[in-house]
Amino acid sequence: MWKIHFILLFSRQGKLRLQKWYTTLPDKEKKKIIREIVQIILSRNQKTSSFVDWKDLKLVYKRYASLYFCCAIEDQDNELLTLEVVHRYVELLDRYFGNVCELDIIFNFEKAYFILDEFIIGGEVQETSKRSAVKAIEDSDMLQETVEEYMNKPAF
Amino acid sequence: MALKMVKGSIDRMFDKNLQDLVRGIRNHKEDEAKYISQCIDEIKQELKQDNIAVKANAVCKLTYLQMLGYDISWAAFNIIEVMSASKFTFKRIGYLAASQCFHEGTDVIMLTTNQIRKDLSSPNQYDTGVALTGLSCFVTPDLARDLANDIMTLMSHTKPYIRKKAVLIMYKVFLKYPESLRPAFPRLKEKLEDPDPGVQSAAVNVICELARRNPKNYLSLAPLFFKLMTSSTNNWVLIKIIKLFGALTPLEPRLGKKLIEPLTNLIHSTSAMSLLYECVNTVILCVQKLRILIEDSDQNLKYLGLLAMSKILKTHPKSVQSHKDLILQCLDDKDESIRLRALDLLYGMVSKKNLMEIVKKLMIHVDKAEGTTYRDELLTKIIDICSQSNYQYITNFEWYISILVELTRLEGTRHGHLIAAQMLDVAIRVKAIRKFAVSQMAMLLDNAHLIASNTQRNGICEVLYAAAWICGEFSEHLEEANQTLEAMLRPKVTTLPGHIQAVYVQNMVKLYASILQQKEQAGEKEAAQEITQLMIEKLPQFVQSADLEVQERASCILQLIKYIQKLQVKEVPVAEEVIALFAGELNPVAPKAQKKVPVPEGLDLDAWINEPPSDSESEDEKPKTIFHDEEQRHSRHRQPEIDEEELARRREARKQEQANNPFYIKSSPSPQKRYQDTPGVEHIPVVQIDLSVPLKVPGMPMSDQYVKLEEERRHKQKLEKDKKKKKQKKEKRGKHHRHNSLHTESEEDIAPAHHVDIITEEMPENALPSDEDDKDPNDPYKALDIDLDKPLADSEKLPVQRHRNVETLKSPDSEALLVEKKSKKPKKKEKKHKEKEREKGKKKEKEKKVVEEEEEKKVICQDLHCLKSKSSKHKKKKHKKEKEEKSKDKKKSKKKSHHSEEETTESVQNGTLDDEPLPPMSSYRLLAENPYIKMTYDIQGNLQNDSQVTVSVIFENKSTSFLKSMELNVLDSLNTKMLRPEGSSVHDGIPVPFQLPPGISNEAQFVFTLQSIVMAQKLKGTLSFIVKNDEGSTHEKLDFKLHFSCASYLITTPCYSDAFAKLLESGDLHMNSIKVDGISISFQHLLAKICFHHHFSVVERVDSCASMYSRSIQGHHVCLLVKKGENSVSVDGKCSDSTLLSNLLDEMKETLSKC
Repeated sequence: MWKIHFILLFSRQGKLRLQKWYTTLPDKEKKKIIREIVQIILSRNQKTSSFVDWKDLKLVYKRYASLYFCCAIEDQDNELLTLEVVHRYVELLDRYFGNVCELDIIFNFEKAYFILDEFIIGGEVQETSKRSAVKAIEDSDMLQETVEEYMNKPAF
Repeated sequence: MALKMVKGSIDRMFDKNLQDLVRGIRNHKEDEAKYISQCIDEIKQELKQDNIAVKANAVCKLTYLQMLGYDISWAAFNIIEVMSASKFTFKRIGYLAASQCFHEGTDVIMLTTNQIRKDLSSPNQYDTGVALTGLSCFVTPDLARDLANDIMTLMSHTKPYIRKKAVLIMYKVFLKYPESLRPAFPRLKEKLEDPDPGVQSAAVNVICELARRNPKNYLSLAPLFFKLMTSSTNNWVLIKIIKLFGALTPLEPRLGKKLIEPLTNLIHSTSAMSLLYECVNTVILCVQKLRILIEDSDQNLKYLGLLAMSKILKTHPKSVQSHKDLILQCLDDKDESIRLRALDLLYGMVSKKNLMEIVKKLMIHVDKAEGTTYRDELLTKIIDICSQSNYQYITNFEWYISILVELTRLEGTRHGHLIAAQMLDVAIRVKAIRKFAVSQMAMLLDNAHLIASNTQRNGICEVLYAAAWICGEFSEHLEEANQTLEAMLRPKVTTLPGHIQAVYVQNMVKLYASILQQKEQAGEKEAAQEITQLMIEKLPQFVQSADLEVQERASCILQLIKYIQKLQVKEVPVAEEVIALFAGELNPVAPKAQKKVPVPEGLDLDAWINEPPSDSESEDEKPKTIFHDEEQRHSRHRQPEIDEEELARRREARKQEQANNPFYIKSSPSPQKRYQDTPGVEHIPVVQIDLSVPLKVPGMPMSDQYVKLEEERRHKQKLEKDKKKKKQKKEKRGKHHRHNSLHTESEEDIAPAHHVDIITEEMPENALPSDEDDKDPNDPYKALDIDLDKPLADSEKLPVQRHRNVETLKSPDSEALLVEKKSKKPKKKEKKHKEKEREKGKKKEKEKKVVEEEEEKKVICQDLHCLKSKSSKHKKKKHKKEKEEKSKDKKKSKKKSHHSEEETTESVQNGTLDDEPLPPMSSYRLLAENPYIKMTYDIQGNLQNDSQVTVSVIFENKSTSFLKSMELNVLDSLNTKMLRPEGSSVHDGIPVPFQLPPGISNEAQFVFTLQSIVMAQKLKGTLSFIVKNDEGSTHEKLDFKLHFSCASYLITTPCYSDAFAKLLESGDLHMNSIKVDGISISFQHLLAKICFHHHFSVVERVDSCASMYSRSIQGHHVCLLVKKGENSVSVDGKCSDSTLLSNLLDEMKETLSKC
């Protein structure tokens, strides 16, 4: 019973790589929030905890290689579970891209979104099984391939 | 992915795809903005093209730019176009873009309603999925209302993939359209026991979320959840259920007992830390376990341990207090988050015994703290801790004042006003401390230059406000009044903020008055005149102030003092009269007292007392607000000391007077207002001074001294060595820096140095005890506070659009909907015009006019289709295109134009194997055509019902007349019947729910039921309609034959090769095969055709051999093996029904023979 307000992925240099909002806000507000949060998190020591109080929300973040994954959750929500969510998302990305790195997400950012959408919908986790989430993405990838792309793919 | 197919066409060869864009941006680090604006220009060009692939590519790039912070809201309409692409590849990009940039304010969003509805009911589960995902991001109240029923239906979809998404989206729908909760809840509840764990977890999720907001409505579900909790092994689900019980237990205490056992089991058995944390969080069983968390080296666990502990603190403060050492240790942690958590805990842990020690520790942190935010946090915490429960834990107020004074040395804090408020509060309410406070404040005033020296410290100069007021108000306690007065008259003061200067001016008069009295009593006339002279010399600097308040006060006072000077020259004693100006005692009033004054009977506050004033008169009241609230209390009259009885009598009289005075509430600024931010304002407490503590400490106070003194005092109390007190203190004062924080006494042993009697707040009589004003009426979840146990009433149905679901009767709801839609008409039209102009700004004015006029007549319903036809069909180009299509149609007879086939322009002749794009394909076939109207149709299996198919018919008005009253009827066969509204006979037609202005096309859907699907069916039918033009109206008819091919009963279903192999091995399938000669097209094309027209998907392909799979709506498996020879193709099929297979193969043969 918890709700993610938004998810941000950004690099160590503070470059945004992915943003997903589960609450509607005007663009201006979003930009302000992003700037603020990126700054807060980047200024934190690596050995500190993964949780930061921010306004009336809590930020839960984790760094994977050069990329920060950050979720904003509500006060009553379970932080450890959110960390697991973040981790699960990374696992999904890894499974889909195979040894995922930041560049995969930069160049295939729409895929990163599709995977996220299969995993979380409206701020709630919808699929806890890694296998089915990746399968759904691959199936829908295949779907477009059967019609159009199929010809350009090597036989499998 | 979508981009590769773009490559074939020459004119699009130079388009950037997403990867190019990303690469480009990375290569233009220096002039990124310029590069991107160039890209946006390119994208704008691409969006103008008709080709949907180009558009999708452009939208994909825009989505990326949006992430970089560029505004792409201008492309909202293009995004909708891409969303409505028939190909999933594009559709998915469109929905992604929409979910990233649409929000409730996006006005084109309502144009998507029908597109989304169509996607929701798509036979392809991924179309449905992508639409649901998109909805979760941008659902609006309108969309929620219009689509609630569709989504609810999807909750019972055959595929768990769709079910679970639909269930989760339902929560969003409830939020936006609370009326849907009751009708949808029974089905949601069903989903708690769904066979698929994903769906089950989604349902748990939604219900938990609902229940958290309004737990009482969900108590009846407790047994069900209890069962789930004991049976489920999914940690994700368990965590949610435990949270839910956390919300339910306060309402049903018996639940608590029942929960203990399963929770204990979980705590002992689980290895998942997150689950453990949740359990511990819910039932506070073991603080000891938390200690383990806090002591852990993992910072995250430490944080959570502290957090959980603060929750326990609320209910069991004793059990947490024993861990004080640990928590104080956490204050030293290098992680700010952890320190803040520890601070929260400290707040609840203080006692009389440990307050000084804790605050001392905090003060050390204040000194060390680097970031101002953390330091400010510390400051507020110190004040919170000390002032909580009406200074319950403070045993020595001198110590507290010293702490406050020390805090003023903080640089750059924002909380100067907090410190000031505390100083005022303590000085006013603790009488015994006034003397000390005044001496400290005088010192502050004297050192004001330190505090107000630079602008950065502006926040802290608020304390001067308090200092000046305290020194003035309680000037009788001041020893060196002259010196303080001089400090207040320094030129530097004029750099302070206006409101502080004003307080300075006012209070220097109080000071002056008391000095005057002092001097006169001592007979020092000279000195008295000197001080008057000083005032007259220095005051003009305030008279010149730019601040109105300061100026006005200063000039008043200057005049007053000049008058006093005159009197002094005449040797008239003035002090008594001057001091009388400031006589009177201040009483704290409860913060809510004003609000609680009951309205006297017979008083109507809304009624006019006089005739309503004219506009010009109302301005007269404004100047009052210029004066600060503070002014009020200075002008009070000081009364001589009065006994309690007298006081009570007067209070009574005042209340009476206030009650009877109708102006009281309106016009008197509430005197208690300024106390509102100080916690717990009480009536003046009575304080007894413990004389064992020396009242005066030389120099700037060091709060440390008090810690030491306090220890000693307690120590002495214990030993009862009263006589030697003072000596011992002197001995020990030299060793201030030695610490000894070991306390052995119990709390009860400590007698406070100052007794604070707590008297209840001063409240008006008959005040209402309730505090209802604390609730927030704007809580979005309040709307969902709906009783779910009450049975559903007939009227509680989700709105259903009539023409979509033919079986639904015309309900008042849907009618209301239609009306509503109509009323929205002007707005949409406006929007469309705008869009259109943007798109084809270069088009001739004339054409535009025609279109506009047509639109005026048009009924708004199928928004998107209308839009599309408008944007393309009115061009000459379009006509040409149609002709092209028609010629193609003749050639390939079965490939008919799709209503939204922008991609039909890619006609290709070249044929390198890899890059060969596909010929245009559309599943829409011609149904019938006459000079007025053209009908194309497509049949899709209905996923929700294994004996239903949906026929989508596009009606296109080819004439220049207005077509209306269209009615479609078919002659039912035994096997296949059109679904008609209940009560109508088989001869009744179904009205088409729209009218068609000239040149416009629109789509309607009709549902057919069938028993057997193994054979193709043909149904004869008629469309009747009225043609209306200038010459009048005529009734027309168009006959058609609706062909249900076997392929239309198939649903594209992906299949893995292992599952496919198993299926073939099972041996339950019948076999059949065909061979077609004279095939000239490539194998790729051939497969694509089979996929597209016969709804198959490729399982595996090796060279010129491929296996394919599909499923019928009634669950027949169909497997194909397609082999290509030189000029021929052979298709071997296996199917659970032999008739179906042979019919399918026959259809396929026909398709292939045309290749």
